[in-house]
Amino acid sequence: MRGSAIFSLAALLLLLAPTPQAQEGTAPAIPLTLLSPDGRGPVPTLVLNGAELIALDEVSDRFGVTVRDDALAGGITLTYNSQTVVVSNDQPMASVGGRIVALPSPARRLGNRWFVPLELLPRALGPIYDSRIDLRRASRLLIVGDLRVPRVTGRIDTIGPPTRATIEIAPAAPVSVTTEAGRLVVHIDADAVDLLLPATGGGLIERIRGGELPMTVAFDLGSQAGVARGVPTEVDGVTRVAIDIAGPALAGAGSTPGGAETPPAPSVLPPAGAAVAPLLAGPRARLETIVIDPGHGGDDTGVMGSGATAEKTIALAVAQRLRALIETRLGIRVILTRGADQSVSLDERAAIANNSKADLFLSLHMNAAPAASVAGAEVISLRLDREGEDARQVAAREAVSLPVLGGSLRSIDLIQWDLAQARHVDASAVLAQMLEEQLRARVTMSSRPRQRAALRVLAAVDMPAALVEMAYLTNPEQAQLARSENFQTSVAQGIYDAIVAFRAYLEVQAAP
Amino acid sequence: MTGRRLVLLSSGAVLSSLLALGCSNEGDAADTAPRTSPVVATDPAMSAEVPRIAATLFFASPDGRALVPVLREVALAEGLVPQGREILNAQLQGPPPPYGPVMPAGTQLRAFYVTERGDAFVDLSFATDARHIGGTSAELLAVYAIVHAVTANLTTIQRVQILIDGREADTLAGHVDLRRPLEPDMSTVRGAGGAR
Repeated sequence: MRGSAIFSLAALLLLLAPTPQAQEGTAPAIPLTLLSPDGRGPVPTLVLNGAELIALDEVSDRFGVTVRDDALAGGITLTYNSQTVVVSNDQPMASVGGRIVALPSPARRLGNRWFVPLELLPRALGPIYDSRIDLRRASRLLIVGDLRVPRVTGRIDTIGPPTRATIEIAPAAPVSVTTEAGRLVVHIDADAVDLLLPATGGGLIERIRGGELPMTVAFDLGSQAGVARGVPTEVDGVTRVAIDIAGPALAGAGSTPGGAETPPAPSVLPPAGAAVAPLLAGPRARLETIVIDPGHGGDDTGVMGSGATAEKTIALAVAQRLRALIETRLGIRVILTRGADQSVSLDERAAIANNSKADLFLSLHMNAAPAASVAGAEVISLRLDREGEDARQVAAREAVSLPVLGGSLRSIDLIQWDLAQARHVDASAVLAQMLEEQLRARVTMSSRPRQRAALRVLAAVDMPAALVEMAYLTNPEQAQLARSENFQTSVAQGIYDAIVAFRAYLEVQAAP
Repeated sequence: MTGRRLVLLSSGAVLSSLLALGCSNEGDAADTAPRTSPVVATDPAMSAEVPRIAATLFFASPDGRALVPVLREVALAEGLVPQGREILNAQLQGPPPPYGPVMPAGTQLRAFYVTERGDAFVDLSFATDARHIGGTSAELLAVYAIVHAVTANLTTIQRVQILIDGREADTLAGHVDLRRPLEPDMSTVRGAGGAR
């Protein structure tokens, strides 16, 4: 009888016992992501009876917290920097320095592990931890440390057309807006973003979503979308980007049956947001200023050839001849980076060109080789490595809009100052080709007449640029030739002809 | 036994590097004799008992127009950084005939180290009376001889930055940008599809 009662009790307990799944909890639909200055990564959690729990051994590992069972206190004690948190194992609360903090559930023991509600981290551990702990439940982020993780919300304001939408970034963060085929992308300068975007689009916006690149929000535009613009403003610590998507342009607008052009119809967009031409565009259509850079100078003699022929001397002589040719025949302003035998740093040379907003930069040099037989002129443009290519792509992709007098915005391209040439490598390659072609008609070219190389003086100039090695001073015959007026005039004439050809190229490029 | 296996492996890597560089290119009429097929030179100062590997070093071609790969035996060292030092010291010792030097005589390796990103730093010092001859072409040969000596033999290294006297330098002699780590530039190497 007694044995039967024990059996019945055991069977009853078995029936009443929770199912394995309920006992172990379930993984959340979207894993929690931990963001810290060390990087980002998933944090394993489980959901049990509606509360999301994290294992205390995870907390111990990730936060350097000492954990121990505290039977006397009726819970678990977490210690960090000599401060303690006591988590109750039967009440949904914890004690932090004598202050009671409410939690969604008590600590739970599952198998041989203790689990606590996620809220314990910001509410109980946060006050004693030496870095900020921020739990963003909606976006599934656990942020540890002083990271810039603004909350980004989006909404459709007007279906339109024009369709208007707003992105709000709180706290405020610098943004830039770019447009590409079928998309408008808002780039947010932050360590991460906490995106809360509408599930559906509206009007000419098919969808608002996180972009392919980190820290971006992409607006996918419908096939009927016209011009798309985004205008950022900052008010009360919140950045707002007002997005305007114009409707399709009307066919035939702007012309009359008689063929005479009429002023275009007023834009459906407010003029205050109208962007003007970029400050720093590619090569300009006209050559107005040319900077000629005679290499070396002062204590830096450059290559010393036979007969005490110094590179710095030949470079300056040819530069002066070239300047005279350009100014007298083309009427173009010419600036020399040095007009005498003086030292000028490579940064100063680039600064002279950039500050004078030159349209062309030419650096003149004499060459050297380990063997005396090497001869001939060479033209070199900048070779980009991966970093330079990245800089070029960033410059092509990103621009910031800054307000200017009159209430409009001016788009400014951004690029690393010492890689400014990255935006001009294609135009510079064309220039190098023209220099090679024109010099070939007048002087001996080397067996490698045109090259690309990581040359310091070219890297920071923000305009089409090339370096001309006019001859090899390590070749005795070329050293003697280089001193001659005939050679110097021939080189100057060849370069001049290339400038004329390049000017024509720019005009063709600019033609509608 | 371990050392011997390392020697064989390293030699294999060097041969792979040479194949990648196209040293056996036979159709380049612009090449001047002697051919740039690898020449294994032995450092006479090296003891016969020291385990060695065949490293690919880079020197000026006899006509002075390009770099050519030259095989040279260098001491086997345990680890990436010690092996890099051995290779660079051999590179700075200068070429066997008929190849030309690319660095001023007396150039010394002060330090060699590798970052976690896989960038190598080669810290050089020059003799007080030594000066690079200058000129873009000669400077390109000097700089890329160092870059290629590292990247061709230590294949985990993708980029090399040259320091001078322990400091970041603008250039060696006014031309090639040394402010950033440089990737290999095979246009400077004859037979690698670049230099003629």
